[in-house]
Amino acid sequence: MSPHGNAAGKPAAQKRAKKVTLTLRVNGEDHEVLFAPHKTLLEVLREEMGLTGTKHGCELGECGTCTVVVDGEPMLSCLMLAVECDGREITTVEGLSTAKGPHPLQEAFADLNAAQCGYCTPGFLCASKALLDRNPSPTREQIRDDLAGNLCRCTGYAKIFEAVERAAAVMRGEPVPPPPGNEDLGGAAPAQGEVTRGA
Amino acid sequence: MAPDPKQPPFKTVGKSPRKVDGMAKVTGATKFADDLSMPRMLHCKLHRSHVAHAKILAIDTSEAEAMPGVVAVITGKTMPIPFGILPVSQDEHALCVDLVRFVGDPVAAVAAVDEETAFEAALKIKVTYEPRKPIFSAEAALENPEPRLHEYGDEGNVHKKISMEFGDVEQGFAEADEVFEDTFFFEGNTHLPMEQHATLAWRDPDGKLTVWSSTQTPHYLHRAMSKVLEMPPSRVRIVACPNGGGFGGKSDPFNHEIVVGKLAMLTNRPVKIALTREEVFYCHRGRHPVLMHFKTGVKKDGSITSMACKTLLDGGAYGSYGVASTYYTGALQTVTYKVPHYRFDGVRCFTNKPPCGPKRGHGTPQPRFGLEVQLDKIADRLGLDPAEMRLRTLQPANSVTANYLKIGSMGLGECIRKVVEASGWKDKRGKLPRGRGVGLACSSYISGAGLPIYWNALPHSGVQLKIDRGGGVTVFCGETEIGQGSDTVLALCVAEVLGLDLLDLRVVVADTDLTPVDLGSYSSRVTMMMGNAAVQAAERARELIAKAVSEKTKVPVAQLEFAAGRVFDVSDPTGKTSMSFAEAAVIAEAKWGTLGTVGSYTPPPSPGRYRGAGVGPSPAYSYSAAVVEVEASEDTGMVQVKKVWVAHDIGRALHKAMTIGQVEGGVYMGLGEALMEEMTYRGNRFGVHKFPSMLEYKSLTTMEMPEVETFLVEDPDPNGPFGAKEVGQGPLLPMMPAVANAVYDALGVRVDEIPVSPEKVLRALAAKDRRYGPKGFPVIPMPPVTKVLTPAQGGTGRATEHETQAGGVRS
Repeated sequence: MSPHGNAAGKPAAQKRAKKVTLTLRVNGEDHEVLFAPHKTLLEVLREEMGLTGTKHGCELGECGTCTVVVDGEPMLSCLMLAVECDGREITTVEGLSTAKGPHPLQEAFADLNAAQCGYCTPGFLCASKALLDRNPSPTREQIRDDLAGNLCRCTGYAKIFEAVERAAAVMRGEPVPPPPGNEDLGGAAPAQGEVTRGA
Repeated sequence: MAPDPKQPPFKTVGKSPRKVDGMAKVTGATKFADDLSMPRMLHCKLHRSHVAHAKILAIDTSEAEAMPGVVAVITGKTMPIPFGILPVSQDEHALCVDLVRFVGDPVAAVAAVDEETAFEAALKIKVTYEPRKPIFSAEAALENPEPRLHEYGDEGNVHKKISMEFGDVEQGFAEADEVFEDTFFFEGNTHLPMEQHATLAWRDPDGKLTVWSSTQTPHYLHRAMSKVLEMPPSRVRIVACPNGGGFGGKSDPFNHEIVVGKLAMLTNRPVKIALTREEVFYCHRGRHPVLMHFKTGVKKDGSITSMACKTLLDGGAYGSYGVASTYYTGALQTVTYKVPHYRFDGVRCFTNKPPCGPKRGHGTPQPRFGLEVQLDKIADRLGLDPAEMRLRTLQPANSVTANYLKIGSMGLGECIRKVVEASGWKDKRGKLPRGRGVGLACSSYISGAGLPIYWNALPHSGVQLKIDRGGGVTVFCGETEIGQGSDTVLALCVAEVLGLDLLDLRVVVADTDLTPVDLGSYSSRVTMMMGNAAVQAAERARELIAKAVSEKTKVPVAQLEFAAGRVFDVSDPTGKTSMSFAEAAVIAEAKWGTLGTVGSYTPPPSPGRYRGAGVGPSPAYSYSAAVVEVEASEDTGMVQVKKVWVAHDIGRALHKAMTIGQVEGGVYMGLGEALMEEMTYRGNRFGVHKFPSMLEYKSLTTMEMPEVETFLVEDPDPNGPFGAKEVGQGPLLPMMPAVANAVYDALGVRVDEIPVSPEKVLRALAAKDRRYGPKGFPVIPMPPVTKVLTPAQGGTGRATEHETQAGGVRS
């Protein structure tokens, strides 16, 4: 369903290209989506598919916030047309968790406070996932290099690097220490509560 | 006796459990304002001025209105009532009425069925302007009182002039062995939150308005929306969505928020606006460009005898927080080192650029840069170690400054010692090879403004608790999560007192219909004020439950301990007589009826009673010290920060990982300001912003960010919840002067201007005096100075006299 709703009496602007229907493979599932051919992958994910986990910071390819994984590569969804994605495997932040639980990157970002405001986080998670899928044991310099296209204004990046290293260790099956500051909470961080805003 | 829940050992305080919104943020579940949409929602775009200063002669919206898909087009005449964050600066209109005052000032708005139609229609609006002479700098504003940007303010294009003297600075200079005079300039910069502002407004079937927005201050947006739309506050509901970064940039009520509120009321449809990155640069409210002059008298040992500070602020086109910002450029010079006599002269001008306002540190990073660099120069001239000199002159704990700021705990000495030791300062300063250097600087910041924006007797923060029969606790508070972790601090304070796990709590926040007022996420006030309110509410709940349990079990109240989700009798080490919190809650509800408590917080009164004493007082002051090590190239002027050692006196770290996160984030943002971030405009090209984009507005990426070693100094403050003070803003402040001081250590040149960009370093290297910076401070006629006797002089905190200074500020 389009979040735009219907035109009020008047037909929508003229000279609009005819919409196309495409089957996009997103987070392991095929979705038949109807959209105008000039729409970016970012717009189609957020506005046509309701996958608002992918954020935008500039819509000009400058900040990395809208990063998703396409065929294993981190891609800026604001610069990519959705029509380019026919037959390609797209992973967004919503697709990182499985029935078994969150992705180790998600756990590590939460445990180390690598997400402060959380707005750049989906982009960092996707860029990091692409990195770890390609290289299970990246050095700090490789992480720094791979994430150089993603801006974060809150953290100063250090906790993000540490979280990627921690997740990499978990994915390699290595034991990790409890998150700093939680040694006496018995190893695992207690689960989170919930936040509610106005309905 | 059961232990006092506000004293250590703590159960949750000081640890680092996952934040209450931690998993939501890593799974994409957190709903930011632009993530919301509603059926039949319209999209709004603003038509913004392309000229910097002009009279609006006519607006032709006919072509836009005729476009298919356009539902409404409005202009300034639909909303003639002005607004602004401060009661004294109600100088903004939701859409410009008579004048446009900067490139980007919104003139008209379109609501259409989709964003593209709204965008195209906004371009079709034709505005006829009569150009007025634009003013692009504070100096130009002083020289050009006409044409006035606003019909209010102290005179011409001067918004505000402040002149205050505490003690007798001339006497202080006479007592000095040496008097130093230096001028500095701090270029403006902006917050650059990753999230672009967005707002969704909805008129409900009863005609009430609900607005979801990326705002740090739902309470003040509530006031402004209600005022401009002429709707009673009870018919307007503001919900602040979690902010994708704020840093002060979402603290003002904004044009676009009020516009979509109006459009929702007019069209009877939900209306959303999502700003582009370029528009975020026009919203601005960032760091003021400030020209500064410091005159400081010192004894041979470096102790300060007297200080006179002058600031000239380029405020941009509107008032915003500017009056407060101006006072803040003079307020906190006295809280780090002993300053027996102090004078402050501040001037803020209107210019035809996006309005400046509060950015992390609000008005204090600029003078802190000047002060800390000047101290470095003083130490150098006197042959003293800058760290030792500072340690000898620290403002003592539990004291009152010359300008009547009441200092409680004061851990700056410990902060300095930590970073000096860890960095190897003594082995490095003056001893590293050429091109490599270390610099040290300190700072302090308020833990919340002691006075509210609207002066009244009401609490600054309120918290309500609802306790469920199942043992769940819901915490309601108007506070706003902007990434700093306030939702978690709120839950943590309650969890600590009631002995619960964070998972047992639900927090409901930032909703003017559902939650008690908290004034907002600004001035580093939330942990202090919301925290105290939350502790009070939780203690009241604990007392109600303990009384009921005591009555039932005959265990005295003083012997009941709340921990691990249970209520224990401390005299029974087996714990066998304990009951779950839920069981205790049921007993209490049976006794008292529905269980709920409230807590609120109002800061203690400040001793200052003079005009202007409202800015600076705080329940507590945080302190920071930092050493940075840089590599600076003589060939290119490039400065690279290799490592940062920072220590922060937090009072008590309620959540260790979040506290360290705030320190590291502040360091990061401060280094960006120190090295590269600046708002610059093409003065010769109609005042157009040079680069309103994230590519060209340079900020540190992963490649530039150095290693940061953080030390937390915990000197509990009696006013803070569990002793906590602020951390969100203070640690940013030492970065800019520390970098400038390190460049001096590396290359022997002084760059007295922020940012310390490569071309400035090269110019300093080429200059005869090995310095790059402003040449002087203009002579500005000032109003009569407010004279106040200092506490040491037996002053009462009130002004003693007004004295006209013929010839204006001494230059």
